[in-house]
Amino acid sequence: MKLYDKPAHVLHEMLAKKEISSVELTNDVFSRLDDVEGDVGAYLLTTREDAMKNAEAVDKKVAAGEEIPFLAGIPGAIKDNICTNGVKTTCASKILENFVPPYDATVMTKLKKNNTVVVGKTNLDEFAMGGSTENSAYHVTHNPWNTDCVPGGSSGGSAAAVASGSAIWALGSDTGGSIRQPASFCGVVGMKPTYGRVSRYGLVAYASSLDQIGPIARDVTDCANILNVIAGHDDMDSTSSAAAVPDYTKSLVENVKGLKIGLPKEYFIDGIDEDVEKAIRTAIDDLKNMGAEVVDISLPHTPYAISTYYLIAPAEAATNLERYDGVSYGERVSGIDVVEMMKNTRTQKFGTEVKRRIMIGNYALSAGYYDAYYLKALKVRTLIQKDYTEAFKTVDVIACPTAPTPAYKIGAMINDPLKMYLQDICTVPINLAGLPGISLPCGFSEKGMPIGLQIIGKPLDEETVIRAAFSYESTHSFAGKIANMGGKDA
Amino acid sequence: MKYEAVIGLEIHSELKTKTKIFCGCATGFGAEQNTHVCPVCLGLPGVLPVVNRRVVEFAIKAGLATNCTINKYSKFDRKNYYYPDLPKNFQTSQYDLPIAEHGYVDIDVDGEKKRIRLTRIHMEEDAGKLVHSGATIKDSASSNVDYNRTGVPLLEIVSEPDMRTAEEARAYMEKIKSILEYIDVSNCRMEQGNLRADVNVSLRPVGQKELGTRTEMKNINSFKSLVEAIDYEIERQTEVLEDGGHIIQETRTFDAAKGITLSMRSKEEAQDYRYMPEPDLPPIITTDEEIEAYRKGLPELPDARRERLETKLGLSSYDAGIITSSRAMADYFDDVLATGADAKLIANWMMGDLAKNLNAEGKTIEYSPIEAKRLGDMINLITKGTISSKIAKDVFAEMWKSKDAPEKIVKDKGLVQITDTNELDSVLDEVITANPKPVADFKSGNKKAIGALVGQVMKKTHGKANPKLVNEMLQKKLS
Amino acid sequence: MKVSKEDMENVAQLSRLTIADDEAGMYTEQLSHFLDYVENLKSVDTDGVEPTTYALPIENVFRDDEVKASLPRKAALQNAPEEEDGYFKVPRVLEE
Repeated sequence: MKLYDKPAHVLHEMLAKKEISSVELTNDVFSRLDDVEGDVGAYLLTTREDAMKNAEAVDKKVAAGEEIPFLAGIPGAIKDNICTNGVKTTCASKILENFVPPYDATVMTKLKKNNTVVVGKTNLDEFAMGGSTENSAYHVTHNPWNTDCVPGGSSGGSAAAVASGSAIWALGSDTGGSIRQPASFCGVVGMKPTYGRVSRYGLVAYASSLDQIGPIARDVTDCANILNVIAGHDDMDSTSSAAAVPDYTKSLVENVKGLKIGLPKEYFIDGIDEDVEKAIRTAIDDLKNMGAEVVDISLPHTPYAISTYYLIAPAEAATNLERYDGVSYGERVSGIDVVEMMKNTRTQKFGTEVKRRIMIGNYALSAGYYDAYYLKALKVRTLIQKDYTEAFKTVDVIACPTAPTPAYKIGAMINDPLKMYLQDICTVPINLAGLPGISLPCGFSEKGMPIGLQIIGKPLDEETVIRAAFSYESTHSFAGKIANMGGKDA
Repeated sequence: MKYEAVIGLEIHSELKTKTKIFCGCATGFGAEQNTHVCPVCLGLPGVLPVVNRRVVEFAIKAGLATNCTINKYSKFDRKNYYYPDLPKNFQTSQYDLPIAEHGYVDIDVDGEKKRIRLTRIHMEEDAGKLVHSGATIKDSASSNVDYNRTGVPLLEIVSEPDMRTAEEARAYMEKIKSILEYIDVSNCRMEQGNLRADVNVSLRPVGQKELGTRTEMKNINSFKSLVEAIDYEIERQTEVLEDGGHIIQETRTFDAAKGITLSMRSKEEAQDYRYMPEPDLPPIITTDEEIEAYRKGLPELPDARRERLETKLGLSSYDAGIITSSRAMADYFDDVLATGADAKLIANWMMGDLAKNLNAEGKTIEYSPIEAKRLGDMINLITKGTISSKIAKDVFAEMWKSKDAPEKIVKDKGLVQITDTNELDSVLDEVITANPKPVADFKSGNKKAIGALVGQVMKKTHGKANPKLVNEMLQKKLS
Repeated sequence: MKVSKEDMENVAQLSRLTIADDEAGMYTEQLSHFLDYVENLKSVDTDGVEPTTYALPIENVFRDDEVKASLPRKAALQNAPEEEDGYFKVPRVLEE
């Protein structure tokens, strides 16, 4: 029986009913991985031995009649910017090529308590800086739906793993769209919770006031279940929300009657791909037909979101990445004195995009430019947040595309950083405002590439987002599809 | 031309919390290298800081004790600079919204009172320590880093440039030290680096308002060095200016062995610290009610205590000043006072034999072998007339060596003052017979000659006779 | 806005990066191009607008002053590029 193509909630039921064992399932996922990974390149490292050991442990529990938690025994993948005790965590950077954290990220601690099975650590744009996973210092990850195309990024490895069947589910991180955009490109469901909903402790920081960990999965049900496991206040993260965490599976109901959905005109920009616009407008019509009320809204500061994001995120990144200096961990390139050693290390071990963003950040923070760039961006961020506060006075959720285009060809934009930044227009405002957002499949382009619908909610209101997404998903057949991978899906 | 020095201090004080400012590692001094470290203070990828509540409490107390305004909205910032003892290459500190601002303390130099203004007090983390392979940093091929001190909480207390002499700077730093001790937020052990200062010195012609170019001496860690460094720098700058030269704004290091300051960097590039708000730490909001509660909880501060010792207990300004200069001394004094002992006698003993003995053994008063209670009991024996002040010195010496109560020592050694006239009568007669000369002198009108006779009696009784009584009896016998 | 050579050198210095001669042109041009784009922020009226540093309105998050286990020294040093006698070893430091 083929198992790797099923969502986690189905597999959980099968495990609980002893129809399958975790060892069987884990073997199936690894055998799929062996088939497709050469073409996809989703992983930087696999942890097969540990995975099998954990699978056996879960099987023993089931055999002993113990009740198992949702993720127990179900193979998932972890983005390689999440620290795993004793397992290399590289952030797809040469500077952390051999870095082995002596501690677990809080999400890892939570997953371990749930007896999960980890397939491995997935590829990303170096330090999560990028939208195509082409900025990995190790290799390019290919989109399982068309291996000539990018999987999106920066959580491209996690999305590609889930879409190709080499993982049932995955964790990613989202600073400006890094979960939602690759989910959209790979035809899977990706959710960025409200800033602070999930602990960032152990997530290697890119931009601290924007970063958030979230699930990438086959469907909305799995997302809700994974969020149940990872959400909640953490004493180790001062910015994690103290708000009570509801049971998100209670929101898995098909009901949008009277739900007010805002349609922001600024998100249907010039240059938006025709197929994307068509798919999104169709999805919204469908939701309307299901009883939702669609309201045209305006988020007037959206045109400034890219500038704001690309000043704030690099400024925070510039200071967050100062620690990579070859002194106490990470790679070192020697130099005649400590200053030269630090310079040589950083110059040779950081990739181009990382260096570019560090320099943008330091430029924006430097004496004489701080007020004009960094401080100005912080103020415009306030206005962007206000746009959403205003909009949410009249609507319950906002719907829009996740990305202006489907996945593009590898290499198409890598030499034009600014053009690449502009692709983030639909996702970065949500991080600037700290809101929860989900991307779920809503169709395919003419060329057969997946398209994602983004649903955005009020702060800490993941429940309504999940309800709207679940209602759409259960009346359509786009979710849960595994890329065929040129017949490897035998 | 006559020049006037303008001096400002940035005092760094390590707080006496159990744990570091942003993680649960212990702060203890002298641990083996790199054993008080964790992912957070090592600045490993992915870690986040969480503020130690006590650091904020201590900072607010220090702010109130130095008459500062507490900022009701305060936040942390990142101060970016690269140095191998700073794991993140930024120091988490406070920039535009420090916890406390606009305070002052009063100092006393040569009987003159002067007010020194405080610009601000902010919280920050300490850096690690470098151990150099060679004798000095410059001739070391490599250095070793110990991160135990990384993340130890610091208060930085910044003064306005209100001091004009090294003595004023010293008095100011002593005042800050005693306040921090009184409110019990820092051990202030300068030899362990608990308290250190960066000193700014500039000169300007007397009468001129604008400040001259300043130099900075970093990490001065004793009062002696503070005074020497400032005096040296004033002299050096005076010479440069008198020779028609210009002062270069620079950081200089103080060589305590030679007593001189040396230029550390040939060219002084203005550091661009690129301060930015620390996104990992939410702001600190303090309410009026909380501030008032902290204010009410403050102990009696040095100035108030000194005032009490002077006006209520009648000590001299000098004695009161010294006793209240450190919390430990002042507490010791109050503990002795609690036994009912006479305040002036306490002051005399503390400034006399006790200070002498402590100094000789290099001990501080917290570790005095004679506890406050025993000193009080001994002073009470003097006041009651059980022992003489002279005998008390022997009792004191014995108490220093043993744990015995003064009453027991007096009893065991038979040191009780002889107040029995019958017992003294025969001794007096012996002395009169054996010393015809002073007897004759006294009788011929030289009243001072009686002193020699009293001395002889004291000698014969091994100091146990009550000198006042002996004097009276001799007067009677000889007249 | 054209980024000057001095600005580029300064920003590389602040970033502790060395820009090779053959890369300087690319980085300068890309940064200039980027700065031209973000010029659009200038048209936004931010008079009286407070800056936003935190995504959520959280305040006063503290921990108690209680000692937690430190790392064993071996674990602390496990990723050190170079160590000596329980210390992290670095090449010569020229300035204090």
